[in-house]
Amino acid sequence: MSLYFLCFILFCVGLYCVLRKRNIIKIIIGLGIIEYAVNLFLVLIGYRIHGRAPILAADQEILNMVDPIPQAIVLTTIVIGLAVIAVAVSLAIRIYEKYDTFDITKIRRLKG
Amino acid sequence: MICASIVAVEIKDLISSVIALSAVGLGLSLAFLILKAPNLAITQLVVEILCVIILIRATINRDLPLVKDGRWLFNTIATFLFISCFLGFAYFALRELPLFGSPAMRVSSEYIAHGLEQTGSTNLVTAIALNYRSLDALAEAAILFAAMVAVLAITRKVGKIHEK
Amino acid sequence: MKNKEAGMTLIVKTITRLTVGLILIYGIYIVLRGHISPGGGFAGGVIIALSFIHLILAYGKDKVIKKINESRGVLFASVGALLYLLIANAGFRGVSISGHNADYKVFGAGIIPLYDIAAAILVGACLLVIFSALALLVGKKEGK
Repeated sequence: MSLYFLCFILFCVGLYCVLRKRNIIKIIIGLGIIEYAVNLFLVLIGYRIHGRAPILAADQEILNMVDPIPQAIVLTTIVIGLAVIAVAVSLAIRIYEKYDTFDITKIRRLKG
Repeated sequence: MICASIVAVEIKDLISSVIALSAVGLGLSLAFLILKAPNLAITQLVVEILCVIILIRATINRDLPLVKDGRWLFNTIATFLFISCFLGFAYFALRELPLFGSPAMRVSSEYIAHGLEQTGSTNLVTAIALNYRSLDALAEAAILFAAMVAVLAITRKVGKIHEK
Repeated sequence: MKNKEAGMTLIVKTITRLTVGLILIYGIYIVLRGHISPGGGFAGGVIIALSFIHLILAYGKDKVIKKINESRGVLFASVGALLYLLIANAGFRGVSISGHNADYKVFGAGIIPLYDIAAAILVGACLLVIFSALALLVGKKEGK
């Protein structure tokens, strides 16, 4: 229970970074922290105490395993998070070329 | 991990915060190993490297630390109020979950029992992700392809200058 | 001031020459043994992309991107996506290649290795194109 709560605190640190910072690169870093916290929470749900990794061995009868379904979901989520960060960084570079700053309070013109 | 993330958020130098982000990622990969998920540890480690490379590529020449505040008090109080509301709701919601360490594996017990003879692979996580639930992998391939097309479209040199 | 177009120093170039082939082979190894030991298609694809990115980082972008230019990368990504769709379509029509009792052989698990290889090609090519597009964009800004 306290482990779940610590995971949520990590999520809130990332959320604070997205809401309060002015530099675009800092906002993207906060996005990355949020993504790490969500992946950790999903894997924490499926953990079984004294469980084994979900890979069958050659001649062993494994009775208790950790839950393999959240791991299969998180496997694709990690790569998708990378794609999102890559697109956000390319947008940030384009904004810097046009406005010559990373400060989000100075980027106001929508017509461009 | 939480200390490294607070360092990544608060520090004013951009490159140091990117390095702190990579420390968070390494801590996450170790946590995956402790939670008995070796597939995820390998994937998280490798993707973390690529993420840090892309972020440093964006900030290597534009290392500008900027600090300017306006309406600082109201913004900070509103943010902390929102976050404390969120954590309060999270506490009430986390009580409903089953206890940490004993998950209710209703579907997974079927997969574990019949996985080897139905798919023929001993790595159960790969068997689930690519055989039982392979539509998720198809969606992920579509998202990656769309991201590649988006990056190509954004970084295309616009205008009448010479070739691309 | 050293000229910046030559890439990195000599130590980095020598080590890169030695280790890039090993990284590529390691990535292919992780992809092919996706159903026996941990790894799988996606991690292997990222490792394959990382080997090419290592080349670009160590030798400077002008010399390498002439050989691994964007159109070839996009071609590989399209091939990977088409292969993916082909295998998924075969699954829809009811053609099921199921394997029994792999016994740690590489080609015993039916459709999973094919999916692994297609996913690795797709992921590797996509990440390589994304990185080279970002690298070329930064380079254009310097040139102005």
